[in-house]
Amino acid sequence: MTLDFSRDKPIYSQLVDRICGDILKDKLLLGDRLPSVREYAVETGVNVNTVQRVYKELEAMNITETKRGQGTFITTSEARITALREEMKNQLAQNFLTSIEALGFSKEEMLVVLQKKS
Amino acid sequence: MLQLSNVSFHYYKKHILQDVSFSFPIGQIIGLVGENGSGKSTLLKTMVGLLSPRSGEVLLNGKQVTRRSADTIAYLPDTDLFFDFYTGEQLFQHYASQFTDFSYEKASTIAAYLQVDKQAKLRHLSKGNRGRMKMAATLGREVPYYIMDEPFSGLDPMVRESLIKGLIQFTDIETQTIVLSTHELYEVEPILDQIILLKNGSIVAQEDMENVRDINKQDAVQWMKAYYKERVK
Repeated sequence: MTLDFSRDKPIYSQLVDRICGDILKDKLLLGDRLPSVREYAVETGVNVNTVQRVYKELEAMNITETKRGQGTFITTSEARITALREEMKNQLAQNFLTSIEALGFSKEEMLVVLQKKS
Repeated sequence: MLQLSNVSFHYYKKHILQDVSFSFPIGQIIGLVGENGSGKSTLLKTMVGLLSPRSGEVLLNGKQVTRRSADTIAYLPDTDLFFDFYTGEQLFQHYASQFTDFSYEKASTIAAYLQVDKQAKLRHLSKGNRGRMKMAATLGREVPYYIMDEPFSGLDPMVRESLIKGLIQFTDIETQTIVLSTHELYEVEPILDQIILLKNGSIVAQEDMENVRDINKQDAVQWMKAYYKERVK
């Protein structure tokens, strides 16, 4: 399947988010091997150079490690994934705050709505 | 390196290309966009040596590009120039007789990957399947440069998707470059490294795809439209 990308964000960072999301949802497990750069490029329908950048970013974030000659693997560090979970939550909350601010809603009134939902 | 310097082209008094200079490095997928009649096809033809510029020059690794350059540049034309009584198999054999870098096996693998029957006559194929066969024949060659004129035009979204995947699967971005013209920018954008905008025969803008999104906060379509609006004002 080819992915649909949102307009305002670089494709590589949308793919980084996607892989992080798969880790948090346990679709990808600790120590799992990621597809090769080309496999992932074909799967998502993006340029090989873009996927290379995605893998580089993930490695710089210590979310993956590359083993020479074997490929790229999700980290085996629970602590890193726990931290990632917090980072993603914070990021999400920050995005939410930015968008309610843009529409002039207060945090308090949104909290009420959020609690009523679910 | 494929290099255009001050390339101009005209038919009688009508200017088609004006003073186009650009270097196409190895290892990229480069999109050539612009409205109909902006000179895309003519530019691609000068790059493969089918047309010689009236002034300026086109150099491949320092040597002037001519019709003979077809042995290092694979060209996918926008028209169906093939004999329509050929089967895919015969088309591949024809390619093999013309190009020493053509691999019958690779072309057959690509045809199978794109799910088109190479036993069928081209004239019996749908437009989408002819598009797939053209792609298989072109990528069957092993060359540093693939120049493709509207490889996705007139094809349905499923065919476009399979061709895009074929492009990724069967080229080696470390040693090869693809230059393609397209109007299907929304779908093609994810595979582009660079985008070039042609208007009235001149390059009016060029950008790394990542910068378009990262710095300009636009996608390729918005980026392109912005240039057109600017000019209209």
